Amino acid sequence: MGLKTFAGGVHPFEGKELSKDKEITSMLPKSPQMVYPLSQHIGAPANPVVKAGDTVKKGQMIAEAGGFVSSPIFSSVSGTVKKIEPRRVAAGGMVNSIIIENDGAYDEVEYNEVDNPFSLSKEEILERVKNGGVVGLGGAGFPTHVKLSPANPDKIDYIIANCAECEPYLTSDYRMMLEYADRLIGGMKIAVSLFPGAKGVFGIENNKPDCIAKLKELTKDEPDIYVQPLLTKYPQGAERNMIFAVTGRKINSSMLPADAGCIVDNVATLCAVYDAVKFGKPIISRVVTVTGDAVKDPRNFLVPTGTCFRDIVEEAGGFKEKPEKIIYGGPMMGFANFTLDIPVGKTNSALLAFTKDETAAYEPSACISCGRCVDACPSRIVPSRLADYSENGRLDLFEKWGGVECVECGTCSFVCPARRHLTLAIKSMRKTALANRKKK
Amino acid sequence: MNNELMNVASNPHVRHKDSTQRIMLYVIIALLPATCFGIWNFGLRALLLILITIASCVASEYIFNIITHKKQTVSDLSAVVTGLLLALNFPVSLPWWMPVVGGAFAIIVVKIIFGGLGQNFMNPALGARCFMLISFTGPMSAFTYDGVSSATPLALMREGETVDTFRMLIGTIPGTIGETSVIAIVVGAMVLILMGVIDLRIPGTYIVTFTIFIILFSGHGLDSNYIVGQLCGGGLMLGAFFMATDYVTSPITSKGKIVFGICLGITTGIFRMFGSMAEGVSYSIIFCNILVPLIENFTIPKGFGVVKEKKAKGGDAA
Repeated sequence: MGLKTFAGGVHPFEGKELSKDKEITSMLPKSPQMVYPLSQHIGAPANPVVKAGDTVKKGQMIAEAGGFVSSPIFSSVSGTVKKIEPRRVAAGGMVNSIIIENDGAYDEVEYNEVDNPFSLSKEEILERVKNGGVVGLGGAGFPTHVKLSPANPDKIDYIIANCAECEPYLTSDYRMMLEYADRLIGGMKIAVSLFPGAKGVFGIENNKPDCIAKLKELTKDEPDIYVQPLLTKYPQGAERNMIFAVTGRKINSSMLPADAGCIVDNVATLCAVYDAVKFGKPIISRVVTVTGDAVKDPRNFLVPTGTCFRDIVEEAGGFKEKPEKIIYGGPMMGFANFTLDIPVGKTNSALLAFTKDETAAYEPSACISCGRCVDACPSRIVPSRLADYSENGRLDLFEKWGGVECVECGTCSFVCPARRHLTLAIKSMRKTALANRKKK
Repeated sequence: MNNELMNVASNPHVRHKDSTQRIMLYVIIALLPATCFGIWNFGLRALLLILITIASCVASEYIFNIITHKKQTVSDLSAVVTGLLLALNFPVSLPWWMPVVGGAFAIIVVKIIFGGLGQNFMNPALGARCFMLISFTGPMSAFTYDGVSSATPLALMREGETVDTFRMLIGTIPGTIGETSVIAIVVGAMVLILMGVIDLRIPGTYIVTFTIFIILFSGHGLDSNYIVGQLCGGGLMLGAFFMATDYVTSPITSKGKIVFGICLGITTGIFRMFGSMAEGVSYSIIFCNILVPLIENFTIPKGFGVVKEKKAKGGDAA
């Protein structure tokens, strides 16, 4: 089968060599304080079910879902709840968090394992996914049980495993595909079993030939599951582009993947679905890539959630040189933050540390209308104009030129030879435009 | 290590290596084959004219920025590109002072007064060329070759004569400094395409539309000598690859580029077939430059996955 892809996109320096051959290693937190933000997902924040002074076990629920579109939070250690207070998270804001003093014993609760996950009813499966705190672990954090309960389950034709990992430098999904392939396929089978007519597709970029080969081999006897190699291009892993590449169907900003008969979940999410359904085990750890030219020993770690990123950097040998910039997530869409005192949340897949902040040296200059942003934009809109309209407060023109279709992938700013902050400008007005649309 | 603050910025945190300056440098490199051929063809006087024009453009921008207390922008090399392009449009016999006036006009009147790089609505080099064609018609259209004043192939074709298309491809014909050699121009254009600076959407549709136009309306039908002569003659190739593709003055939308190319082909055809002069590329490009906002307005892309809204029929309207 040939390579599929979408129109537009760019090919930034990959940088995956630094950590792609490093096996996933488990690590334990050094600092005793564990931090569990109550919002690690899209939707209502979770409501704490513990209070200061309570003792908790590893795997115990410490906050329950705050609504249907919400997700519970679990402790990854045993210890004592110290307090509940706002703490800074990777995206930069302060989020109310449960602070737990780790007693170092890692006393674990008993999980309710089932022998055959396929003997469960649909409702039971969804309940177990929900109770496992599973959300989109690629970064968006949309509660997975909501995604898996679309309005018309009969119309779902494809469950797409987003194995693109198109962000440069990140290798956590890559390592999981190689090392956790059985769980990944198990999660896929469970998701496919929920929908009578659905096929499971692993969409993998062709810069990961070993993953393509491995998953092809492991799924060769599965009639409903296949591997679709994709062209390596950013943002191949953006949901709309992934759906188009795999199925040829298009969705826009006001549609859900389910409107095109698709459900898209990333690698880590499907593994978490398997853990939750088969073993009854909630999300209490995740794979995190620590890399960048400032890191002594770039690695992939399996880290308990709530661990401080400072501990992870130490585990990776610390910094060779003081980094100028650290990024939570990939270099295209990740969040730059000023501190390492950030807890690992469900959606934090990487920490990058660079000795040079290459964007700081650039000063924006006049747009020369070269159209590179237009040709690269995966949403097929005109970023340079939209940025103008945003800077000049012209919401009417912004809407006329389709600004809400932006996916904020950063591609336009990446290619801009005038070094304009296109993505930033569009993002800021898009918020207003989206709010307006909701009002209508 | 503790509490040392690190840089914070919005995503993305990496950038492509191409900057405005680098793109301009690519354009200059791509113009070198045509420039060198022009100097070889017309002699050292051509080189001097080119240098004077570039100096005039760069100095105009530099001085204007100082006078108006604007940030210095000459390092983006766009003034060099303008100067070079303008000089390639001069006949070699032009009096020395005219390029100085032309360069200053291109930069100050056509570019800076409208807001500088990125804001000008017509190509500065072509704007200045047309200004000079009107103001100094004689010197601007006096073509000498090997010391003898002679007619350009386009002018000969207008008189109904056949032309030596082989010499037109090579470029050993009378004309402006940089427009004569089709081969040198195409080599430069290929550099631009390979470096990702331009693509064929504008020049391709321009040339194809123009060809169709002359087949239909020139009265020469499929006369290959006439068609090749028209394509290789005058400023068509230089204009199509280096001036119509000017970023600032061409549509930014993908469909708009196609429409723009078609408009160029048709207007060039009209000017050459039915106008009073043999040449029409410069006027055609600046005329279409003025159409750009209109073209863009009609070609606003809908966005990925957005389907055209069907107009609600009478009863359904909420």
